[in-house]
Amino acid sequence: MDKLRQRWNALRHDRHAAWAAALALAVLLMLLPFITGETLGRGWVRILDFTLLYIMLALGLNIVVGYAGLLDLGYIAFYAVGAYTYALLASPQFGLHLPFWALLPIGAGIAGIFGILLGAPTLRLRGDYLAIVTLGFGEIIRIFLNNLNAPVNITNGPQGINLIDPVSFGSFSLSETHTFFGVTFPGIYTYYYLFLLLALLVIFVSLRLQNSRIGRAWVAIREDEVAAEAMGINTRNIKLLAFAMGASFAGISGGLFAGFQGFISPESFNLFESIIVLCMIVLGGMGNIGGVILGAVLLTVFPEALRYIGDLQHYLFGRVLVDAADLRMLLFGLALVLIMIFRPAGLVPSVRRRHEFGSDASVLAQEQASLYDARR
Amino acid sequence: MTLDAEIKPESHPETRLVVSGVSKYFGGLAALDDVSLQIHAGEIYGLIGPNGAGKTTLFNVLTGLYRADAGHISLHGARISGLKPNQVVALGLARTFQNIRLFANMTAIENVMVGRHLRTHAGIVGAVWRDRATRAEETAILERARELLEYVGIMKQAYLPAKHLSYGDQRRLEIARALATDPVLLALDEPAAGMNPVETSKLQILLQKIRNDGVTLLLIEHDVKLVMGLCDRIAVLDYGKKIAEGIPADVKCDPRVIEAYLGGGMT
Ligand SMILES: Nc1ncnc2c1ncn2[C@@H]1O[C@H](COP(=O)(O)OP(=O)(O)OP(=O)(O)O)[C@@H](O)[C@H]1O
Ligand SMILES: [Mg+2]
Repeated sequence: MDKLRQRWNALRHDRHAAWAAALALAVLLMLLPFITGETLGRGWVRILDFTLLYIMLALGLNIVVGYAGLLDLGYIAFYAVGAYTYALLASPQFGLHLPFWALLPIGAGIAGIFGILLGAPTLRLRGDYLAIVTLGFGEIIRIFLNNLNAPVNITNGPQGINLIDPVSFGSFSLSETHTFFGVTFPGIYTYYYLFLLLALLVIFVSLRLQNSRIGRAWVAIREDEVAAEAMGINTRNIKLLAFAMGASFAGISGGLFAGFQGFISPESFNLFESIIVLCMIVLGGMGNIGGVILGAVLLTVFPEALRYIGDLQHYLFGRVLVDAADLRMLLFGLALVLIMIFRPAGLVPSVRRRHEFGSDASVLAQEQASLYDARR
Repeated sequence: MTLDAEIKPESHPETRLVVSGVSKYFGGLAALDDVSLQIHAGEIYGLIGPNGAGKTTLFNVLTGLYRADAGHISLHGARISGLKPNQVVALGLARTFQNIRLFANMTAIENVMVGRHLRTHAGIVGAVWRDRATRAEETAILERARELLEYVGIMKQAYLPAKHLSYGDQRRLEIARALATDPVLLALDEPAAGMNPVETSKLQILLQKIRNDGVTLLLIEHDVKLVMGLCDRIAVLDYGKKIAEGIPADVKCDPRVIEAYLGGGMT
């Protein structure tokens, strides 16, 4: 195991190897929809698309929870705001059909504003209280969307909004099948490339923010809000910035979701979705971009894979013993419990989290510190 | 290296900090009772008193963590009472904490870099775009953080998480982090607590160096030797009241002080 780690570290420091690995990864990502489509079927390409949406969503929540330490349980509301913004501005609902290049920034902006609006009343809250209030806000948004069909019909209520314009650049619509150089790209394939591009953008922004003045201020607030304030950080503004940034990622993701699906309804934005996204970052490793991506991939792909368990049961027992949905919840819970026991900082913890949950060295240091305390 | 490159001599009025008639109540308890004092530019001013006398409370009021119930405070002429903590540091009053409050899981150097937040400007766009100005600023932050770690003598531990540092080093790190905000007045709450005699005497040298580099010091300390050896003037708090003030030799012999410390070993 140690040898393996040494090899891995050596590889990481080898520039050529790094480039080769990056190139291989790039090629793999480019070919992924074709490989998946050929082997597992088109349905799985759709799941790939969703995985990318969830990666963006999870990275947004990671800014709020992972970086700034603000436990937000209503995060899915911003996904909803992004989706509804797109839907209302590009569907027969109001007869508006804005171009895609305008829709995405508007969605991100409006979601960001909602992030600030819903964040502002929670600034003085921490921990459990913050979680409960944000949970409430998330539900309020959903209930509003559910009921804003009377007296004036804005959201079309529980029926949701249908016939949303697909993502398109001019006359190039992503929902149609295109052929380039003799290769056929069904709609879900082209969507994959768009989502991949935007997910990479979101990853890039996350990375840049992590190692910046603002990023450090977020972590400082997470570590000790009083000390952060005493060191001159305007905690109010910096927290609002985290809420706004996180929400705008969700806004982008939500807009893409609306265009991709062509139909949205309040049902898609319930509390369970917020919890799933939170689980993605907890499972993968809060605050660590790689970990969050892994968490998003696992929690999107794994439940889908479980669907096959039903077929397997049919094959083995002649009937379905455990319903796939039940099994999913069961395994989901089990996975979380196991993670909390064996890797409390997540599968791929950030360096800081690793410190936080303690290696042997830190236990030693703490012991020393307590000895000092006793001596005083 | 000098610490107050930004401070021009003409902005040095004789008195740095004026505290007048400050009171603070917790329920019925007067933690601070009509406290007034003045700190002059360039001095080391000691604040002593038995446990629970209200020393830390005074720090919290000064730095905006608590709001005074009466009185006002000004820092070289500017009123700071009623301001928020981040506004107070911005005006040049930085502090350390009695119960160390570092960003425990950040590295030592990152802790100091956070201290530079106040004096730097890069926002979200700068962070993402990383334009020339932002890169230059980031380099300057790192450079300054290194200097300060060197200055307080813990450069070797720069890349350890703060909580893995020894007690004494954590206290030094808190000083470095506070210095990173470019203070004119640095308030230290029991900086020698938990230090052994060797560390304490090194600390004394460090504090003198900081003062010589132009930062006025306000010091709460229980270590009598350190206080007597270091401070130009001392105020004594007891039950929230200032009961004595003056040069160390006089304060030591003040009957009220001896009374307050009866059995406390003020020898
Ligand atoms: N937030 C608070 N709420 C209620 N009482 C407080 C609070 N902060 C301080 N006090 C009380 O005010 C009094 C002064 O406390 P303070 O911490 O200022 O003492 P101190 O002089 O710093 O003592 P020490 O030498 O032990 O640090 C104490 O009686 C304390 O219990
Ligand atoms: Mg105290």
